[in-house]
Amino acid sequence: VALLVFLCSVFPVYWMALTAFKPTVDIQSATPTFWPSTVTFSHFATAVDAPGFWQFWRNSVVVAGGGVLLALGVALLAAYAAARMRWKGRRAFVLMVFVAQMTPWEALLIPMYVIARDTDMLDKLSMLTLIYFMITLPFTIITLRGFLAAVPVDLEEAALVDGCTPFAAFRKVVFPLLAPGLMSTSLFGFITAWNEFAFANLLIIKNQGDRTLPVWLSSFSNTFGTDWGATMAASTLFMLPVLLIFLVLQGKVTSGITAGAVKG
Amino acid sequence: MVAPTVLAAAYLLGYPVVRNAVISLQDFGVRQLVRGGAEFVGFANYAEILGDPKFWSVVGRTFVFTAVNVVLIMVLSTFVALLLTGLRKGMRLLVMAGLVLTWATPVIAATTVFQWLFQSRLGVVNWVLVELGFSRYEGYSWFADGTSTFGILVLLIVWQSVPFAALVLYSAMTTVPSDLYEAARIDGASGVRIFTLITFPILRPMFALILCLEVIWVFKSFVQIWAISQGGPGEATTTLPVYAFQVAQSLQKYDIGAAVSMITVLLLTLVLLAYFRQMFKQEREL
Repeated sequence: VALLVFLCSVFPVYWMALTAFKPTVDIQSATPTFWPSTVTFSHFATAVDAPGFWQFWRNSVVVAGGGVLLALGVALLAAYAAARMRWKGRRAFVLMVFVAQMTPWEALLIPMYVIARDTDMLDKLSMLTLIYFMITLPFTIITLRGFLAAVPVDLEEAALVDGCTPFAAFRKVVFPLLAPGLMSTSLFGFITAWNEFAFANLLIIKNQGDRTLPVWLSSFSNTFGTDWGATMAASTLFMLPVLLIFLVLQGKVTSGITAGAVKG
Repeated sequence: MVAPTVLAAAYLLGYPVVRNAVISLQDFGVRQLVRGGAEFVGFANYAEILGDPKFWSVVGRTFVFTAVNVVLIMVLSTFVALLLTGLRKGMRLLVMAGLVLTWATPVIAATTVFQWLFQSRLGVVNWVLVELGFSRYEGYSWFADGTSTFGILVLLIVWQSVPFAALVLYSAMTTVPSDLYEAARIDGASGVRIFTLITFPILRPMFALILCLEVIWVFKSFVQIWAISQGGPGEATTTLPVYAFQVAQSLQKYDIGAAVSMITVLLLTLVLLAYFRQMFKQEREL
């Protein structure tokens, strides 16, 4: 039974990779083979050579990376405020961030479109960056707040007593301890933005060169027709960075999600 | 330096929601989008939606879709989590690796792969079905029929959602003290009774949290449906988020679309309230 569960969860991914490596003759034969007779990289070549591949790839990296960096900067300050400072409305703020984390972003497609039009940001990658910033922000604040709360206040106070300014105390004492948390949080945010499809699909309409990888992949039939080998190769390439990040983070992702979304 | 950041964050997160609410109360079409100057019409948009039988069929479909998915996800992930607790270490790591792999698959990559699996002429699913003796599936086109498209979407979403739920439930199950199980086993309780009398009651808050999360996630799922069928064929897979998008995008009735979104958000807020009640209850217990 365990094996069955394993097979069910792995099969689609296996089939994707397999198709990507199979020669076209095998893909189109009436009896599918479950092991490649010969391995070919030609599908990957087709996918990479497809018009605009590198540009879409670059767009995706810029948009996701930019959004996450912005979110990280703002979230660091906000998380610090939420974890360390006493101020009126702090509880309300934390609660609001939780609500924002849970809101269905897809429901906000329409106002985003209207806002983008009003501010002349339609068809611009900067708009997408801002949206990814917003989408990743709540999650980043919540997890960073958790990591910050785990850093003992005494350490910071000791630094203050020794004559550090609050900022220097933060930079020299708290920040190094926080670095692993920052790393995993930002990588996770990056995946979220990397995978995002709905907004990228809606907001980049006229300027086809500014599309991102998910949108490009979903319109694969326009690009590759019925060349499933190339399509699967493109999917594999798209999935690879995410998989690598997951491998790096492994357990941290699970605990980060449970800490962020379930326990808080 | 901190105060402005907090304010800016609050503003950024709040503004689109407010804007959505405002649009839903206005007469907002293409003309207003281009020229501005939308007029307030009160709840006329809501009245129009609620009087539209199509809206109600979409709502009904969304509930069925959510119910089917969530029930399947909860049952399967509970089953997988229980399975994981009973496995030897090597096998357990293997299954967990498979689950993580599934979980890591980007939504768009998964939808593309599922389209390939169920492709009518060369898809492997049809081949397996024919080999098993169901010859009517030769060249069967899954995406031409409403019910089968619906079924594939359910399969896709369940496939993607089970790993998270199963892994969280599994890690929760490992926190249950093992002497409780031993005591039950000595008393001669069966596996089913152990689950219903020990595991489930102890982990009930955890089950409730995951249930709420999955309801929200499935209810709002848009990308999978849009990428595979765009709500079709006909309107067989049009759920509320897809409907809101269609009305706004292709009919350019932004006001109606915004109102549908507001209704979606309000419905989900109810689930969210249940989630937060559960969460705070659990926090107090900790």
